[in-house]
Amino acid sequence: MTGGQALGILALGAYAPQRVMRNEEFEAYLDTSDEWIVTRTGIRERRIAAEDEYTSDLAFKAVEDLLKRHPGALEGVDGVIVATNTPDALFPDTAALVQARFGIQGFAYDLLAGCPGWLYALAQAHAMVAAGLARKVLVVGAEALSKILDWNDRATAVLFGDAGGAAVVGRVREGFGFRSFVLGADGTGAKELYHACVAPRLPDGTSMRNRLHMNGREVFKFAVRVMNTATLEAIEKAGLTPEDIKVFVPHQANLRIIDAARERLGLPWERVVVNVDRYGNTSTASIPLALKEAVDAGRIQEGDHVLLVSFGAGLTWAAAVLTWGGA
Amino acid sequence: MTEQEIFEKVKAVIADKLSVEPEKITLEARFIEDLGADSLDTVELIMGLEDEFGLEISDEDAEKIRTVKDAVAYIQSKLG
Ligand SMILES: CC(C)(COP(=O)(O)OP(=O)(O)OC[C@H]1O[C@@H](n2cnc3c(N)ncnc32)[C@H](O)[C@@H]1OP(=O)(O)O)[C@@H](O)C(=O)NCCC(=O)NCCS
Repeated sequence: MTGGQALGILALGAYAPQRVMRNEEFEAYLDTSDEWIVTRTGIRERRIAAEDEYTSDLAFKAVEDLLKRHPGALEGVDGVIVATNTPDALFPDTAALVQARFGIQGFAYDLLAGCPGWLYALAQAHAMVAAGLARKVLVVGAEALSKILDWNDRATAVLFGDAGGAAVVGRVREGFGFRSFVLGADGTGAKELYHACVAPRLPDGTSMRNRLHMNGREVFKFAVRVMNTATLEAIEKAGLTPEDIKVFVPHQANLRIIDAARERLGLPWERVVVNVDRYGNTSTASIPLALKEAVDAGRIQEGDHVLLVSFGAGLTWAAAVLTWGGA
Repeated sequence: MTEQEIFEKVKAVIADKLSVEPEKITLEARFIEDLGADSLDTVELIMGLEDEFGLEISDEDAEKIRTVKDAVAYIQSKLG
């Protein structure tokens, strides 16, 4: 993609909290049902962080998993980006906590761009290495969404879960690595999905609370449309056609949205990675967690063209195509 | 486009989005009660109609489209 220097994913890790929360637990206190949740979203259970477990903890565990799978993977890492919508604090940045924990020498910053944050961060890591600003970059996506949900809002509480994922981006062999990135945003949709922080309102006057708020129908329509346009654009930029995509790893938000995207691309289910049934929507952790599962299951082989796509608050979207392996 | 042409196109979109036999798609058929759609199916159906006819259907208008006939009449009024 950068004409000469191939850059890709050298190492991958992920972590989800121990505590499993099944749909039935919502039935106990909300007017909802396992049947409703499964047919509308495909979600059966999600993981919930412990009371004293936050985004930094999930990020640490994801990086520890990465190190267990790829010992020495942090050698030559010149910086950390943590993509998250639920940082431990406004500042310091969660990435600095990761930097300190693993003794990384280099820059550290958080990136907030809704669920596609991890793909945005991959694109930044790619650009930094290509520009000679770093040899390798650690890219984390971690989320403690359970801490910011409105647990009494049945329309959103059932959708999300907690997890972390991490990858090291750096040089790979020729013919492997990233082939395209597509990043986009449409802030006219800001009011469709928000959580207050410093200001109690959006510029248009929409008042915000300190709980996640979503207009599900609008986000659904946006997601179906943008998953289609962003994936086609990324595939075309990569010089490929949809049939060339061996493995499709979409943001795990809702099985119905995944199915709509799959159908529009004309891909069979065998090529689509799905784990939303077991984790719900883990935002920036969603894609690395699904990617790791697919690699562990032997579903992604060296040389396979892999398609990633995500959408979320902003509204934002991102897609990428990479040829797996070459480390 | 004649009413019949619109009906045929609408029928094709419904058959695709709701995975139902074209024979079941009569003008009187209601999406939810007769054709087995749930709330998200109706969203996808409206999106399918928007794409097919190059229209934008507002949420308020979409709320009122409950039968095949509603859809055909709405599209005919929009296409003029
Ligand atoms: C959230 C989502 C599943 C809701 O499905 P929907 O069919 O659009 O549902 P609606 O919001 O239209 O609500 C339909 C009805 O179901 C109800 N409902 C919502 N959540 C429910 C639940 N968990 N259990 C039972 N009923 C529920 C609503 O209250 C509404 O009832 P009403 O008609 O009496 O008011 C769907 O819109 C969606 O997935 N959107 C995308 C969300 C997403 O992916 N966000 C992630 C961004 S990163």
